[in-house]
Amino acid sequence: MSNGKTDFWVGLFVLIGAMAIVFLALRAGNMSSFSFGPKYQLTAKFDNIGGLKVRAPVKSAGVVVGRVTSIRFDDKTYQAVVSLEIEKGYDFPSDSSVKILTAGLLGEQYLGIEAGGEDTNLQNGQSIRFTQSAIILESLISQFLYSTADKQGGADKSSPAAAPSANK
Amino acid sequence: MSITQSIERLGRTVRVSVSQIGNFTLFFLRLLSQSGIVLRRPRLLTQQVHFIGNHSLLIIVVSGLFVGFVLGLQGYYTLNRYGSEEALGLLVALSLTRELGPVVTALLFAGRAGTSLTAEIGLMKAGEQLAAMEVMAVDPVRRVLAPRLWGGIIAMPVLAAVFSMVGIIGGWVVGVLLIGVDAGAFWSQMQDGVDVWKDVMNGVLKSVVFGVAVTLIALFEGWQAKPTPEGVARATTRTVVTGSLAVLGLDFVLTALMFGD
Repeated sequence: MSNGKTDFWVGLFVLIGAMAIVFLALRAGNMSSFSFGPKYQLTAKFDNIGGLKVRAPVKSAGVVVGRVTSIRFDDKTYQAVVSLEIEKGYDFPSDSSVKILTAGLLGEQYLGIEAGGEDTNLQNGQSIRFTQSAIILESLISQFLYSTADKQGGADKSSPAAAPSANK
Repeated sequence: MSITQSIERLGRTVRVSVSQIGNFTLFFLRLLSQSGIVLRRPRLLTQQVHFIGNHSLLIIVVSGLFVGFVLGLQGYYTLNRYGSEEALGLLVALSLTRELGPVVTALLFAGRAGTSLTAEIGLMKAGEQLAAMEVMAVDPVRRVLAPRLWGGIIAMPVLAAVFSMVGIIGGWVVGVLLIGVDAGAFWSQMQDGVDVWKDVMNGVLKSVVFGVAVTLIALFEGWQAKPTPEGVARATTRTVVTGSLAVLGLDFVLTALMFGD
């Protein structure tokens, strides 16, 4: 086989490989959901982030508007500091609030931004003041159990007629 | 006496295996230091990529397709019990990009390309062609071995990526076309769950490491082969056995390092 022909087939081979990697990245992977447009940074402090991970989506009204870029622990306030990148073009009022939500019952966790009513918008580097931590299933269950126990304990002590109004 | 003899035998085993590790490392370093030739004479490299890569493409495509078919069928069987057939795409794509693509390709590569490299080098040695090169002041490590090493390192990730791609298409053919899983859910679940860096690129990295390991073992065995027909036969067998075991062992270590968290 002549050298030119070998080169052609090798070139084709490498091209097929590159195509396969692009296919895996775009068609099978989440590369197509990356956006390479300009972004701005925001931070938010949470008491508990639950299972939130870096690169988790930031959604507003269910639409992905950005990604979580880093999560670290602040040992002054004992809070988690979450940095997020929001795509330029999506502006949010400065009194917007951010929550940690869960996709489905056991799905992965993401951030949800709810727009506020202020006239000024959040700027690059600013911090979102109103945050709501992740809901931890264990503490939810224990809260429920304690409140049930309280209710029953209270019902035993006080008279049955007064109990419902006192507890509710 | 027998105690001293068995201690002696143990000592000899340790000494031989240590010196074998040393030989292997020296061989690797010597190959790396002589690798400049692939940049100066790229023709040698393209010939080897053609020989190692292009000729392995058919077996890789066919096996990838069938592995994808089987993953589609078996995955559907399991997922169907939990009523989550839509996750079939995710299952097929994750199994292929993270594990099966690199590992099965490397095993096939050891059998298809590794053996031919060992046999070629071994026969060159048996026919005293390597010795003749040295007489002509041509370093056989540089002229013969280094282009083959880099050919293997380039070919292996390409083959693994093709394997994964064809496998996903195979899973799609069985899952969506034959069984009737919803096509939109098949792809969207896959895109949701497969991360480009954590899954796809780590798979590519794995295949590069396997390419280095398998090609290096094949070349080393050929280089160390006894220059007799029997010696070449043994070296070829050792290439497949050592190469496959190295791939499986390295796979465990790499998986633990990459996906440990």
